[in-house]
Amino acid sequence: MGVEGIGARALRKEDKRFITGKGKYTDDKVLPRMTYAAFVRSPHAHAKITNIDASAALEMPGVEAVLTGHELVADGIGNLICGWMVHSKDGSPMNMGAWRALESEIVRHTGQAVAVVIADTQELARDAADAVNVDYEELPAIVSASAALLDGAPQLHPEAPNNLIFDWEIGDEASTDAAFASASHVTRMEIENNRLVPNPMEPRAAVADYDVAEEHYTLYTTSQNPHVARLVLSAFYNVAPEHKLRVIAPDVGGGFGSKIFIYPEEIVALWASKRVGRPVKWVSDRTEAFLTDAHGRDHKTVAELALDANNKITGFRVKTVANLGAYMSLFSSSVPTYLYATLLSGQYDIPAIHANVKAVYTNTTPVDAYRGAGRPEATFVVERIIETAAREVGMSPVDFRRQNFVRSFPHQTPVIMCYDAGDHDATLDAALKAIDYDGFPARKSEAASRGKLRGMGLSCYIEACGIAPSAAVGSLGAGVGLWESAEVRVNPVGTIEVLTGSHSHGQGHETTFAQLVSERFGVGTETVAIVHGDTDKVQFGMGTYGSRSGAVGMSAIVKALDKVEAKAKRIAAHLMEASEGDIQIEGGVLKVAGTDKKLSFSEIALAAYTAHNLPEGMEPGLKEGAFYDPTNFTFPSGTYACEVEVDPDTGKTEIVNFVAADDFGKIINPMIVEGQVHGGLTQGIGQALLENAAYDENGQLLSASYMDYAMPRADDVPSYQLLTTETLCPGNPLGMKGCGEAGAIGSPPAVINAITDAINNNDLAMPATAERVWRASRGALPQAAE
Amino acid sequence: MYETNYHRASSVEEAGKLFTGSEDAKYLGGGQTLIPTMKQRLAAPVDLVDLGGIDDLKGIAEDSGALRIGAGTTHYDVATSDVVKRLIPGLAHLAACIGDPAVRHMGTMGGSIANNDPAADYPSALVALGATVTTSTRELSAEEFFTGMFETALEEDEIVIAVSFPVPEKSAYSKYPNPASRYAMAGVFVAKTKDGSVRVAATGAGQDGVFRIAAMEQALAETWSADAVAGISVDAGDLLSDIHGTAEYRANLVTVMAKRAVAAAG
Repeated sequence: MGVEGIGARALRKEDKRFITGKGKYTDDKVLPRMTYAAFVRSPHAHAKITNIDASAALEMPGVEAVLTGHELVADGIGNLICGWMVHSKDGSPMNMGAWRALESEIVRHTGQAVAVVIADTQELARDAADAVNVDYEELPAIVSASAALLDGAPQLHPEAPNNLIFDWEIGDEASTDAAFASASHVTRMEIENNRLVPNPMEPRAAVADYDVAEEHYTLYTTSQNPHVARLVLSAFYNVAPEHKLRVIAPDVGGGFGSKIFIYPEEIVALWASKRVGRPVKWVSDRTEAFLTDAHGRDHKTVAELALDANNKITGFRVKTVANLGAYMSLFSSSVPTYLYATLLSGQYDIPAIHANVKAVYTNTTPVDAYRGAGRPEATFVVERIIETAAREVGMSPVDFRRQNFVRSFPHQTPVIMCYDAGDHDATLDAALKAIDYDGFPARKSEAASRGKLRGMGLSCYIEACGIAPSAAVGSLGAGVGLWESAEVRVNPVGTIEVLTGSHSHGQGHETTFAQLVSERFGVGTETVAIVHGDTDKVQFGMGTYGSRSGAVGMSAIVKALDKVEAKAKRIAAHLMEASEGDIQIEGGVLKVAGTDKKLSFSEIALAAYTAHNLPEGMEPGLKEGAFYDPTNFTFPSGTYACEVEVDPDTGKTEIVNFVAADDFGKIINPMIVEGQVHGGLTQGIGQALLENAAYDENGQLLSASYMDYAMPRADDVPSYQLLTTETLCPGNPLGMKGCGEAGAIGSPPAVINAITDAINNNDLAMPATAERVWRASRGALPQAAE
Repeated sequence: MYETNYHRASSVEEAGKLFTGSEDAKYLGGGQTLIPTMKQRLAAPVDLVDLGGIDDLKGIAEDSGALRIGAGTTHYDVATSDVVKRLIPGLAHLAACIGDPAVRHMGTMGGSIANNDPAADYPSALVALGATVTTSTRELSAEEFFTGMFETALEEDEIVIAVSFPVPEKSAYSKYPNPASRYAMAGVFVAKTKDGSVRVAATGAGQDGVFRIAAMEQALAETWSADAVAGISVDAGDLLSDIHGTAEYRANLVTVMAKRAVAAAG
């Protein structure tokens, strides 16, 4: 506490309540006369509903209602939307099938909701849900996106023939083909990006409260973006008009993207609250979370890299099939397109790129943005093929990368993005030094003497954060603008409230944002409160995802602080009879330069509100708002170096050292940034080694609990070495870039490059389970480095 | 979880009465399998008879050349017991490999063996050490006790009282954990008794739960060394195959874990 400005490792203000169990989450909300919702879910991945018999459930005392899609449609509740329009290469709009919050005709994934029971207690609601008798006529299911495209595959939606949602492209096909025609070496790889389940610690929840007298709804929910939830619920689902709906996202225990989207359960809870005239609570259990939280990744890609005789990259061709599951979730279409293929140039100067992406329906849980959203998939393709190409042409992976790095900025890639700033050599140098790259051969030999296979892998990632310039994303099909807003409210006693449209669900905004204010006015962070997550309090906001709260959300705060500072200085100049230009703010005091005249910040605040003596024409008060719309994405980048030891007897991989050298631009709180990187790296290592949403051929999720879905734990990861370098982002006032997703984006290829180096076999899919590594390493005898 | 009636018994006799007086009861040991199963609504006993308050089921004692462990003894107590570490260090190590700290502080030996999860750790120790299981009505050898996957010789109302382990000359356990559940993908317990005979038992890998590996026992009886078992494979046809590992991989793990257990036993 006290004055803790930019760069201070301030302890997190929010942690007192979190680590003492005093956080206030949606499930903590208890309202008088509250009822509980339990959903009846499909046990089949694909089936026709022939009858829903709720009579037994309705006879149970304490059951208020059993509602189905028939009532939902009759009440005019709209279908779920996808908020980003993507066009196929032939110009046609994406083929979107209908998604109803409660399905009454055909279920398309295991766990899809077909009815809801509203009852007096949670147990009763679940018992009654078990008593709802649904008759299904099973249909053949398809889970593989590639297979779903084949003739004769089961069809999910009449709107999407052959299950094809879109067939999209980016880049210049002709110049890319020309590069391959004249290439002296071509590296070709088939690359799979495994499907993941987000697994935030707090499962989704909703408490909906309809006030019959006011015809007003309040929704407490686990959202990363409550204003967007209100907008979508109003404008598209017809639940309530926007001014009659208040959305509150209180403390939220992690999201990783999965809580961006508005799901059927929140829609149904709101609608049911009016139907039964009582508040309705729904809390997901962990099984429901596995089955219904939007999954992440699930790409299959064929990538080809063309090199000239000097091993300079001349062309890159990528064909990807993206599995979007049974329905198009809110931002699902943007993830394998504009958030993926626009990053395929990586850190490299590649003159010609062409990418084709086919998005496909399957009988699996819908797929949408998950920590990194498209950028991990791009980075995995780029960094796996870069490493592979270097090995094929017999060049050191370091030298090969350096030879192809982008070195002058701004740099226009062939795939939309214009990199504004960066220094790729700086992060590479830092990582190599920290991991003692030159000492690796000796360590490999020493490991071999113990019967272990040691490997080194690099990943030089670049990603795009700070989503995004509204006009730019609008031209690419986004349904919303991606600015952010802030309001800085100085109270008469000089304490300060910052109202932000960003939403903190683990990121530590209450601390970092307060540091901005502390830096600006020299006041203690304990006098600053950050207000977020309530549409009745905060003007508007686009929420938190895509590592945007620093680069976009804090930029809006900076703009509002500028206005407050200017007004405070005007008042100070007036009161001290000085010129505005001579007012300096230092340590919570406004001084007249070169004199001993001064007034405290709180005295100025009081003067603004008493309004007894303000400059001519000035309005009373000290409260300013601002909207900030970025001019470009920001481009965090870095090098991750991973060193592994493989036990050839079992295939077990141990990560013995992991260095992350990141360029995040200006850092406000290094401790919080390190926490973000730790979490991101651990999720990336989880993807690389452990995590996999596995379906059987009938569309049953086999890894639907922690007995079978392997989350990374402390003993699966090393003690990370974190380093940062700094090039400032020229596009925002503080020069910030974004750090929330980098770890998850950059780490998987570093891990796989290290294991494939260790076992001397490049054919290895994620997750690199012990069995896969054991099979791939059979015959690889531990030996000293050459 | 469905509604259930909770009873806390203070003696084995009371527990038995509560059980037989119910139309559908389950005994509750440490609750590390039954409670999660009930939470998932996959089990719905009308009555739950908690054995955790019965003092007679707890405790570890040396008893004329054997180590007697009460069925209600937690994995943590076995793992940290000086007596266990002195007499059968391999057993203490096995207990320390079970689950995570929360599981080890709640889970009990009796609960574990009565459930006989094919991937649980204890069955391998009981079989390899030639343990005797004392129940509320009789005594059974470990091999009589474990009858198949999630199956034991226990009658409905029968309660495990204690397990008695003959103290071996040497023994050790080596486990390859499932990365998600931390149960055994393959766990092998090797023991050499004081009369020189050898027993090797594997858990986690077999379709019918714990099994002995006769070829390894013979090889180790002749030469007690890791190399002696290095070339011996079990038949993958009898092994489990799932998303975490094929039968072929588990067969490899059984051999590797056997080697490591022999090496660890010294």
